[in-house]
Amino acid sequence: MTYISKPKINYAGQPRNALGLSMHDYEGTISTLCAGCGHDSISAALIQAFFELDIEPHKVAKFSGIGCSSKTPAYFMSAAHGINAVHGRMPAVATGSNAVSKDLYCIGVSGDGDSLSIGFGQFAHALRRNLNMLYIIENNGVYGLTKGQFSASADVGTKAKKGEVNEQQPIDPVITALGLGGTFIARSFSGDKEQLVPLIKAGLNHDGFAMLDVLSPCVTFNDHEDSTKSYAHTRQNFHRAIRMDFIPPAEPITTRYEDGEAVSVGLHDGSHILLRKAGQDYDPTDRAGAFAYVESHQKRGEIVTGLLYIDPDRGDMHALAHTIEENLVDVPFEDLCPGAQVLNEIQKRFR
Amino acid sequence: MEAVQKGGINDLVIKLATVNGTGSASANSLLMRAIFRMGIPVMGRNYFPSNIQGLPTWFEIRVNHQGHLARSGRVDLMVAMNAETYRQDLHEVSAGGTLVYDSTWPRGTTLVRDDVEILGVPLARMCNEAFTGVRARILMKNIAYVGVLAALLEIDMDVLRTLLEETFAAKPQLVDSNLEAIDLGFRYAKAHFVCPLDTRLERLDKTDGHILIDGNTAAALGCVYAGATFAAWYPITPSTSLMDGFRNFCEHLRKDPDTGKNRFCIVQAEDELGAIGMTIGAGWSGARAFTSTSGPGVSLMNEFLGFAYFAEIPLVLFDVQRAGPSTGMPTRTQQSDLLACAFASHGDTRHVLLFPSNPEECFRFAVKAFDLAERLQTPVIVMSDLDIGMNDWMCPNLTWDDGYRPDRGKVLDAEALQQLPQFLRYEDKDGDGICYRTYPGVHPMGGYFTRGSGHNEAARYTEKPDEYQEIMDRLTRKFATARELVPEPVLLEATQPTPWGVISIGGCDGAIREAVEMLGEKGVHVDYLRILAFPFGTQVQLFLDNHERIFVVEQNRDAQLKSLLCLEMDVVNKRLISILHYNGVPIDCPMIYTAIYEQVKQSAAA
Repeated sequence: MTYISKPKINYAGQPRNALGLSMHDYEGTISTLCAGCGHDSISAALIQAFFELDIEPHKVAKFSGIGCSSKTPAYFMSAAHGINAVHGRMPAVATGSNAVSKDLYCIGVSGDGDSLSIGFGQFAHALRRNLNMLYIIENNGVYGLTKGQFSASADVGTKAKKGEVNEQQPIDPVITALGLGGTFIARSFSGDKEQLVPLIKAGLNHDGFAMLDVLSPCVTFNDHEDSTKSYAHTRQNFHRAIRMDFIPPAEPITTRYEDGEAVSVGLHDGSHILLRKAGQDYDPTDRAGAFAYVESHQKRGEIVTGLLYIDPDRGDMHALAHTIEENLVDVPFEDLCPGAQVLNEIQKRFR
Repeated sequence: MEAVQKGGINDLVIKLATVNGTGSASANSLLMRAIFRMGIPVMGRNYFPSNIQGLPTWFEIRVNHQGHLARSGRVDLMVAMNAETYRQDLHEVSAGGTLVYDSTWPRGTTLVRDDVEILGVPLARMCNEAFTGVRARILMKNIAYVGVLAALLEIDMDVLRTLLEETFAAKPQLVDSNLEAIDLGFRYAKAHFVCPLDTRLERLDKTDGHILIDGNTAAALGCVYAGATFAAWYPITPSTSLMDGFRNFCEHLRKDPDTGKNRFCIVQAEDELGAIGMTIGAGWSGARAFTSTSGPGVSLMNEFLGFAYFAEIPLVLFDVQRAGPSTGMPTRTQQSDLLACAFASHGDTRHVLLFPSNPEECFRFAVKAFDLAERLQTPVIVMSDLDIGMNDWMCPNLTWDDGYRPDRGKVLDAEALQQLPQFLRYEDKDGDGICYRTYPGVHPMGGYFTRGSGHNEAARYTEKPDEYQEIMDRLTRKFATARELVPEPVLLEATQPTPWGVISIGGCDGAIREAVEMLGEKGVHVDYLRILAFPFGTQVQLFLDNHERIFVVEQNRDAQLKSLLCLEMDVVNKRLISILHYNGVPIDCPMIYTAIYEQVKQSAAA
C-alpha cells in the first residue's frame, strides 16, 4: 500500500479561518488504517483544532514513532513538517527540534506500544524535561500492525481476540505522568470530539509537556466483548471528571456560567481554559487529589477523562536551559563564531 | 631491540607511577608544561584506571628534541610513588635508567636492579614535617617529586614558579606552599645525588608557535567555531570531556550580550539513543548539531544512524574510541570501531568517517565534519580515540580564517520555494545524489513528512519496487559524491622509489613517522599514506596500485582498516600486511619499526 492523495474540493461558502484557509488545507493523505479506527477520529479532531486555532500548517512540526498511531501524522496537515522516527524514540527527535526552533507548534502522536513499552524511557524523560509539546497517546491496548498482541496498557483480565487473558498490571499513562511530575495531564476518548478538540487546543498552548491519553479502540483486534478497550466498554464506563473549554487569547470570555461554577486558568500565551464541574468536585491543580480520584474511580472500572491535572507555571525546557528568546536556528553565524582574535586569546591558556 | 636507544639530552622518557586521587595529575601537568615552556618538544600520556581514588595510575612524558612524541617503548626515569606497583615499575626501567622512590618506608632488598640507578627520597617524611593536614601532606608529596626532578633534570625553577603563579592566580597562598614543596625535593636531591643526570634537559626554542592541548578540548572548540548551537550527550569515558569543553567554551563565548541568555542548548539525554535522536531533531530543523560518545554509545545509536542516513539528516558524531569489545577497558585506547561506524545500522547503510591524528586535526576536522554533514545531508562520524582525546599533545597553534562561512549545503529559502511549482524533498535535480532540503517553518511550500520507511521523491511512503530502488541508487550516487568531497590522504614519500608502502589512520601517525625515519636511516625505504576519511578516494587506490606490498598499521585486533580497504578498493588481500596493536596503550614506534624491518629483510633474503 502506498499513499493516496485526497482530492482538494473547493466550493463557495465553505468555512474559512482567519488565515483564509479551509478545513481542507489542514488535511493529509487518505488514511490507510482500518475503517472505523479510533485513530482517524483523532486525526479529524486535530484538523479541526488546528483550523480553529488559525495555525499556519508550515509552522507545525509533527513527530511520531512506529505503529498504527505513528502513521497518522501523514493523515493530517500535509503542509506541515514532520518526522516519522524510529520505534519509541520520537520524544528525542522532538526535543532536538524544539530546542532549536521553539516557535513551531510541536506535536507528537504515539501509541501505547510506542510510549509505554519500547519508548517508556523517552516518554518519561521528555515529560521530565517539560518539553513544550502536545504528546498524544492513541491508546488501544493492543499491537495492531503485528496483529493483536497485548500492549503494556492492557487491563488485567481483558481478553485478546483469540481468547488469551492478560494477567500483567497495566501501565496507565495518566497515573505515570502524575507520578513523574507532568504539568498537563489529560485523558479522552476518540469517540468524543466535543471533549477532545478543546483538550488538543489547550495542550498545544500549554507551556510545557501536554500529555493527552486518548482511548482509541482498535476495530480489528480489540473491539470484541471482554475487551476493556472496545468502543462499547469505553462508552459504558466513560467517566467525565471535569468539563473544559478552551478560550484563545483574542477572544473574550463570553460563555455565561453561574457564579462559582467555572474556574479560569490562564496559559502563558494569553489563552484561558475554563473548567466546569461535571457533577462532582474535582480540582485539577491538586496532584495528590487527582491521583487518588483517578485511582479510586478506575478501581471501580470507570475510565476517568478530562483535564486531570494542570500546572501552567513550571517553565518548559527552554526556561530550564536559559536559552535565548529567539530560535537558535535564526542566530546568524557571525554571532556564533568568536573569530580568530578570540582563538588566539583562548590558546594562551594552553601554553 | 635496535629501535631502543639510551636517553640523552632533551631525549628521554619520564614515567610517574602514582595512586589515583592523590593530586598527582597536577604535579605531572606542572612537570610537562615546564618542559614545554623550556622550548623542548614534549607530550604526556595518562594511563589511568576506571576509578576515582585508590587504584594505580601512570603518567608517561616523552621529551624529544626532534619532535618525535609517540611512545618509544623505553623509560629513562621512573618516579615510583606507588608501593603497590613498585616491582612492575622497577622492571619497566630501561637499562642504564634511573628510579626515584619515596624512601620514607624501606623497600625490600630484592627489589633492586644492577643496571638501574635507584635514588631514595624521603618525600612523605619531609612533607609530614613541613605541612599540616592529611590532604595537604598527600598533595605536597607529589609536588615535592617535581622538585627532585628539577634538580636531576635541570628544570628551570623560574618556569616552575611562573606556572604556579598562573595556575593559582586566585589563591596566591598555594603558590608559596607548592614552591616550598618543590624546594624540599630540590634541596634533598642536590645534597644527596650527583645532579644533573646525563639524561637531562636543556633550553630549546622548538615549542614556539605551539600549544599543549587534548583532542576533546580542541574538538569542542571546533564545534564552537563551526557554529554548532545544539548538542546532546550521555556521559561516557573517554568522550565526556568533549561535551564539558563545549559547555565551558559556550558559557564564555555564547552568551547573548544583552540578555545573558544562552545561544546554545546542551541536553544531557537519558541515554545515547536519546542523545542521537535529539541531534537528528535539531539537524532536521536547521541547526548545526552534534553528539559525542564512545563504542558502547555507538552500539546504542545504530538504529538512529541508519535512520539519519536514509532520511538524509545532517549530524556530527564524535566517537572517542576506547578498548572494546563490550564495556572493554573504558580508560584505554583503541581504533576498534571502524567497521561498526562505517556500516552502523541494519540494511544497506554506510557513513562518512573522518580520522584526525592529533588535537589540531580534531579542531579542523570538527569544522569540516559540519560542512560535510550539511553538504551531504548525512551523519559524519569523527573517529577520535582516548589517546588523542584525553592526552595533552604538542600541536601547532590553532588558526582560524575569519572569512570562513559554513557550507549549509542545498537549502531552499522562502524566496526559492516561492518560485517552485512543487517541492520534492528527495528529487536529485543536480545528478550528484544530493537533494534540496527545507527548514521547518520557513514557507508553506516547504513542508514534507520524512521517514525511515520506504519513501519516494516526495518523501511519501512507498512499497513500489522502482520508487524504493531509485532512492537507494541515488544514495549510492551520493556516497560517490562524498568520495570527492572528503579530505585527501597525506602522502609521505621515501627518499627513493620503493615497492613498500605503509597505510594507516589517526593516532598511529607519530609512531609511524618516527619508525619510517629510523628505517630510512637503516636503508629501508617505505612510502607512507595516511588516510583522512572514508569513503576512500582515488589517491588511496593509486597508492595501492603503486606498491607491491603494503603494511596496514592500526590499533585493533581484527585488522578493520585492512578489511575496509579490501572491501572498498581494488586490491588483492595478500598484498596487505597487517601491523596490529591492541593492548589498550597507544601504539609505539619500536613495534612498527621491527615489524617492517624484519619483513623487508626477510623478503630481501628470500
